[in-house]
Amino acid sequence: MSLSLLLLVLLGLTIIGYYLGKSRAMAAASGKIRNLHSLPMFYGWYVVIWCGLPALLLFGVWIAFEDALVRSLVISELPEAVRRLPADQLGLVISDIRNMAYGNIPLDKADATLRPVVDHYISLRQLGTTALWVIVMAFGIAGLLYGRSRIAPDFRARNRVERIANVLLIVSSTIAVMTTIGIVLSLVFEALRFFASVNPFEFLFGLTWSPQMAIRADQVGSSGAFGAVPLFAGTLLIAAIAMIVAVPVGLMAAVYMAEYAAPKVRAFAKPALEVLAGIPTVVYGFFAALTVAPFIRDAGESIGLAVASQSALAAGLVMGIMIIPFVSSLSDDVINAVPQSLRDGSFGLGATKSETIKRVILPAALPGIAASVILAFSRALGETMIVVMAAGLAANLTANPLAAVTTVTVHIASLLVGDQEFDSPKTLAAFALGLVLFIVTLSLNIIALRIVKKYREQYD
Amino acid sequence: MTDILADTAPRTAPAAVVAPGVHMTDAATKRLRARYASESRFKMIGLAAILFSVAALCLLLFTIVSAGFTAFQQTHVRLDLQLSAEQIAPVGTTDVRKIMQGNYGAIILEALQKKFPEVQSRGDRRRLQALVSSGAESQVGRMVAADPTLIGQTITIWLPTASDIDVFVKKQVDTTAPEEQRRVKDNQVRWIDTLKASGDLELRFNTRFFTGADSREPELVGVWGGVVGSFYTLLITLIVAFPLGIMAAIYLEEFAPKNRWTEVIEVNINNLAAVPSIVYGLLGLAVFIGFFGMPRSAPLVGGLVLALMSLPVIIIASRAALRAVPPSIRQAAMGLGASPLQVVLHHVLPLAMPGILTGTIIAMAHALGETAPLLMIGMVAFIVDIPATPIDAATVLPVQIFMWADSSERGFVEKTSAAIIVLLVFLLLMNLAAILLRKKFERRW
Repeated sequence: MSLSLLLLVLLGLTIIGYYLGKSRAMAAASGKIRNLHSLPMFYGWYVVIWCGLPALLLFGVWIAFEDALVRSLVISELPEAVRRLPADQLGLVISDIRNMAYGNIPLDKADATLRPVVDHYISLRQLGTTALWVIVMAFGIAGLLYGRSRIAPDFRARNRVERIANVLLIVSSTIAVMTTIGIVLSLVFEALRFFASVNPFEFLFGLTWSPQMAIRADQVGSSGAFGAVPLFAGTLLIAAIAMIVAVPVGLMAAVYMAEYAAPKVRAFAKPALEVLAGIPTVVYGFFAALTVAPFIRDAGESIGLAVASQSALAAGLVMGIMIIPFVSSLSDDVINAVPQSLRDGSFGLGATKSETIKRVILPAALPGIAASVILAFSRALGETMIVVMAAGLAANLTANPLAAVTTVTVHIASLLVGDQEFDSPKTLAAFALGLVLFIVTLSLNIIALRIVKKYREQYD
Repeated sequence: MTDILADTAPRTAPAAVVAPGVHMTDAATKRLRARYASESRFKMIGLAAILFSVAALCLLLFTIVSAGFTAFQQTHVRLDLQLSAEQIAPVGTTDVRKIMQGNYGAIILEALQKKFPEVQSRGDRRRLQALVSSGAESQVGRMVAADPTLIGQTITIWLPTASDIDVFVKKQVDTTAPEEQRRVKDNQVRWIDTLKASGDLELRFNTRFFTGADSREPELVGVWGGVVGSFYTLLITLIVAFPLGIMAAIYLEEFAPKNRWTEVIEVNINNLAAVPSIVYGLLGLAVFIGFFGMPRSAPLVGGLVLALMSLPVIIIASRAALRAVPPSIRQAAMGLGASPLQVVLHHVLPLAMPGILTGTIIAMAHALGETAPLLMIGMVAFIVDIPATPIDAATVLPVQIFMWADSSERGFVEKTSAAIIVLLVFLLLMNLAAILLRKKFERRW
């Protein structure tokens, strides 16, 4: 790892730069801090910035583009016949070359025609690393010297350093926006490539989902069907079962904890719900597959019902349990935000506690509760591990909770796990499904925020 | 109302005596009773909701623990192995590869046959050999390779049994089923009983489960590979998300002007916190692996994806912590001539740090349990080596759990549950740390 060594050396250089800048400032002020515009520390930091920042930026740019550069140089070196290969096969050749260069494939097994290319690749890589070392160190040292040469007693080092720091803060606050843009762009681009081969109308409204693509054109069943309605229906079914469990239980738990529970009960029940929220979803999935699904199947069989071993009911039930704390903690906050004066007024009119809750508190808290239910629903739609482990892959279009259904997330996961080429419609279908999921959850989230904003009562 | 009262109660009577009026009629009493009944019903429903949640939690934990704690012990068999030079390599050989090629299967079979000399037929010998795990050979091989002076000696050693034997001894399968439905046959049961009686077969602490990595054989698996992978992944997540999260929070809370752009950022952060985790996996696949060409299955990519995922959570927590620092602190610092950046770095940030750390630890705990986005970027590979750097192919603990849960072999159920116990212990420790931090440094202004 000579690259991490380079970073370490650069770090060392900046540390030296810090002390050089500091001592230079002290020397320039003839040892008296009061002669300086800023504290000596800032002069040190000023040199650090000049020494480290340009070199680091260069390093980042190099890392980002070195691979593509070397690749194109290597491709131009390849024999004409290899260069004419389609993109994916060319990619295989390149990765072979790379593996040979790193010694993952023994060289003696290599194709003789590739030998010179591999040697060239190795020499290019070495040349690249050497060049990077030279350039980064040159920038680092030049920056250090320049920064140091600027130091004078009336030089405003603090203002300069703080301006850079401010820019850093602004840049890091835009990372969130960049993430969103990244999500949208990656989903949209891959989904567009998918829609180039599959009609979007067929994808959104088609009733059969069987994403097998044939390897050869003359194979039986060569045309994959990409009608995603069974997946949407299955997702909604499981999410609906989850909500049937989670909303009443979560809401009543929140009401009880906010209005009835003695401090002792509260001190015990609140952490328990938090633990429930902290358990990883893969654990819930294992629980659903190991315990709940067989239990439901056996119970159904004992009363003469045919229950699939991966029934929607099992997955939905466990997902509901997972979402209970989500609903209850959000509702708890909303209920606690209803001012005491409303309760007192209701009690003063002779209402019992439950009447107060039902007629006064819940209506007052309704917008918040509705928002929390919507957010919980959006979480249920996007939940992956429980359904991957407990709901299976069968894309049935049914409303029967005892049958096996599948969800959007299950198919995103199953289409992308395992070795897949990046260009087949099968892989790209996952991105189209992801796009649908992203749009739906995002809209639900926005709706929830709107509801809260629009209908919230301001009591104070 | 007042009319009725006036009719029934004389004006001179004190207020308390007013009571035997409309409120004491049969209908009113009945109504009141119904209202109280509905009150206690409502309360019961609330209590039932709490009890349901707690019961679900207990059932879940009970299932996992009861299925998993047996995995910490493994059935072992004690054998006297004669490490003869003919089967391995001439005495004095130090070449590791040569030693590893020795015929350890034959040595183990020989040792087993010494205990059961009556076993002669081919089929029975194969069954006898099947008592011991198929990984025992390489275990003995490695041992000899580490100490070549063992060649030619006889050693006594505890070797793990095969998973079928293990689950049979632990009675996790039906031991009374007819022979043809059992994976452990009658003569194997006899041998097991004999070995047990002579003290040569017993449950011993399963060290390999804590030091090993993945394997095809349930009796040979370990969680250490997953733990190390999780550690590297979380390390990358922390290195990326913690400074970025704090800096973003500082900017938004302390410096940002109130304008359209900052509003966009704020709405964005809130929305990102609600994006399903699997979408982050798609982002990682398309951007980090597809666009930047980073290696698949590497903790580096996993860490970056989880960092993007936990960034909004850390930002929101940090902003809350910064907001809780009273303005008087800032004004005092300003009054002493500190620059805005110095105010934040010297005064506000240190005071907000406990809150920020608590939020970060909770976000990290969430990231530790996250599985779905890591499936997308290929951390679901079968990896038998313990990763040495963040760019080696690795898997993480929750993905390991997912993979074992997918295996059909009976022996994996117990290993999966045990791995979950390990994961939950880690989560518990992190949350405890967060709670302690909050308790110790919480300040009321």
